Amino acid sequence: MSDATLSPAAMADTMPEQLTTADGKPLKQALIRAQSHARRRAFLLVAPLLAFILLTFVMPIGQMLHRSVHNEGFTWHEDVASGERTRIMANLSQWFDQNELGTEPGEAAFAALAADLVVLREVKAAGQAGTRINYERSGSRSMFTKAARRAQRLEAPFKEAIVDLDEDWLDPDLWRVMRDASSSYTANFYLAALDRTKDADGNVTPVNENRQVYVKLFQRTLFLSIVITFMTFILAYPIAHLLATLPLAKSNLLMILVLLPFWTSLLVRTTSWMVLLQSQGVVNDALVSTGILADDNRLEMMYNQAGTLIAMTHILLPFMVLPLYSVMRPINPSYVRAARSLGATSWTAFRRVYFPQTVPGIGAGALLVFILAVGYYITPALVGGADGQLISNLIAFHMQNSLNWSLAAALAALLLGGILLLYWLYDRLVGIDNLKLG
Amino acid sequence: MKVKTALLATALTTAAGATFAQEVTVMSWGGAYTKSQVEAYHKPFTEETGIKIVSVDAGNPATPIKAQVEAGNVSIDVADVEFSDAVRLCDEGLLEEIDLSILPSAPDGTPAEDDFIDGALQDCAVANIVWSTVFAYNTENVSDAPTTISDFFDTTKIPGKRGLRKSAKATLEMALMADGVASEEVYDVLDTDEGVDRAFAVLDKIKDDIVWWEAGAQPPQLLADGEVVMSTAYNGRIFNAAIAESQPLEVVWDGQILDFDLFVVPKGAPNKEAAMDFIAFSTDTQRLADQASWISYGPARKSSGDLVGIFSDGSTEMAPHMPTAEANLGNALVNDFEFWVDKDTELNERFNAWLAN
Repeated sequence: MSDATLSPAAMADTMPEQLTTADGKPLKQALIRAQSHARRRAFLLVAPLLAFILLTFVMPIGQMLHRSVHNEGFTWHEDVASGERTRIMANLSQWFDQNELGTEPGEAAFAALAADLVVLREVKAAGQAGTRINYERSGSRSMFTKAARRAQRLEAPFKEAIVDLDEDWLDPDLWRVMRDASSSYTANFYLAALDRTKDADGNVTPVNENRQVYVKLFQRTLFLSIVITFMTFILAYPIAHLLATLPLAKSNLLMILVLLPFWTSLLVRTTSWMVLLQSQGVVNDALVSTGILADDNRLEMMYNQAGTLIAMTHILLPFMVLPLYSVMRPINPSYVRAARSLGATSWTAFRRVYFPQTVPGIGAGALLVFILAVGYYITPALVGGADGQLISNLIAFHMQNSLNWSLAAALAALLLGGILLLYWLYDRLVGIDNLKLG
Repeated sequence: MKVKTALLATALTTAAGATFAQEVTVMSWGGAYTKSQVEAYHKPFTEETGIKIVSVDAGNPATPIKAQVEAGNVSIDVADVEFSDAVRLCDEGLLEEIDLSILPSAPDGTPAEDDFIDGALQDCAVANIVWSTVFAYNTENVSDAPTTISDFFDTTKIPGKRGLRKSAKATLEMALMADGVASEEVYDVLDTDEGVDRAFAVLDKIKDDIVWWEAGAQPPQLLADGEVVMSTAYNGRIFNAAIAESQPLEVVWDGQILDFDLFVVPKGAPNKEAAMDFIAFSTDTQRLADQASWISYGPARKSSGDLVGIFSDGSTEMAPHMPTAEANLGNALVNDFEFWVDKDTELNERFNAWLAN
């Protein structure tokens, strides 16, 4: 106890003279300098990795998150070549600021719109602005391009002139969408990603039933990922146990069999499954030729959920086998033997002694497989057909086909948030310290 | 040290030489189609100008353009895209405008503007071919040969799987035509909610029998493997499989949907000048006619029509295989790009939701 109370002050009392290094500098300072030197060096050593992670991981994710709430389609136009930025829809935006939601757009509003249409035509941004509105109200894009084409010829009274072009300009929903879009920041893409929209009064409502797809796909992705994780666990546990208990020479040979597919290109493995499982494929042909199946009754294992499940389980299997193997290998067989000698049945010995020691491996494998499965894209795209698609396939659709990157970002952010939530849950329930990757 | 400097200097000049040696990267759809372009456009262009063409393939060349332009890292000089994509990308400011005066006149002096088919020239795009989405079947797997678009959606008459492109475009139109909507009314009907419901109702009937394809090379493969008894496809791909590869495939022209493929130049293309030269060169009367001897897509110039002759195998007459041939136009629909640019979001959302259910 007395040792513990030795404070620096007390030490200074007992040692009146300051300790110095060989060259006469105070020891304390020299120590601090040496430590900070070491720290700097350590930092410099990890600096490349840090910069790499910042540049290729943190920044893109930050950008993506930003994009999910930020869209300048209806506020700014940027000329790609010169990088020159022009404010568009400024007049309308001002009108929105002065009049609250639900105000019937009158002559002033349409005059502002007409002035903005002229700008749109000048900087050739009608398509861009129309596309932004089209994300939330279908059929709006051509209204903008058509109106902008005639912008110069529009004359007062503007309301009449513009409604003459297309009666839809009176639609209150259009004005609600324009109001929302006239601010660069919006949460509407998150609403869309949850199958929600706003009505003309700004209330959040579900979208028409026949267009609801995202929530369903999130659920399906979650469900399929859990099933795949479970299937890999069922398949991998015995394999890993076998690998861990066989003599080294044999287990190495088996290990290569596990790793070979792991080293093979993902695309090759996926297309091989297509060759095997399609209705005129190897498996079906074998079943038909042995008389197990009638020719007109072939199994459908491809281009549906079954295809996604089978191919992804196989592709993700090594991610379960390897962590399991790494925790099983060092388990001392004498523990189980001891349990048996003390009278435990083989099942009890497994359940009470062996299995608990493999839990960190199960946790690591399950987490790894699950997180990979949740974001899987190429395999479901190739073998999933219609009902084997995952949410990542729709994210890709919005990245590549519809070019609605904000919605893609919102979907991706929700997926990311979901995974973080599950990770947190896992940490609370199992404990992240209990994770052993190898 | 001197040696080192000299070496460095050589390395630098070679590197510089490589960047400045003219090169144009053209992105197209792959397979038989890219081959036809290589033979008809790329090779003669390189021969005449010495500019090398790098040919790149994509499932849909419109896809990478937005990402490349927004990232400011454009690697494609010319892309071959569909009509609605060309308009959409142009609207979004992602394409260079093309000065139409660079396009050569027809041999008889007709200016390019009059020589190209209506709609083939856009602000940012020049059409090279007219292609169509048709449906085809494998004669060995179908006992009762389909003749109309309705047969495609009739599983009692012709049982078995059908291949369809995984996209609302063309699929919905075909469903309506199969349901008896006249081709000139298709887009009017599809513009209404009832019309869309009607199209999906037709698709509902065969939903369990559909194999979805995405890349143009898939349908001939699916048909040849017997994975499907019938499939929609780009007509040139079926022609290629049937004629060049002697597969027992037959095209049904009823209910075909005509569309353009157009050349576009992404904004900020590294070799913009050469790209424009390439487009002007490739879309002259003779080149367009030449391309048609490699694959059965119609040239976008009227003056090329008469020059279209015989397939590169030396014996097959091309004319009857063209989507624009008189006999094939009986019940044909011309894709309405304006409709699709507008409705793409809504209909694809609904299509995706329908697929997922």
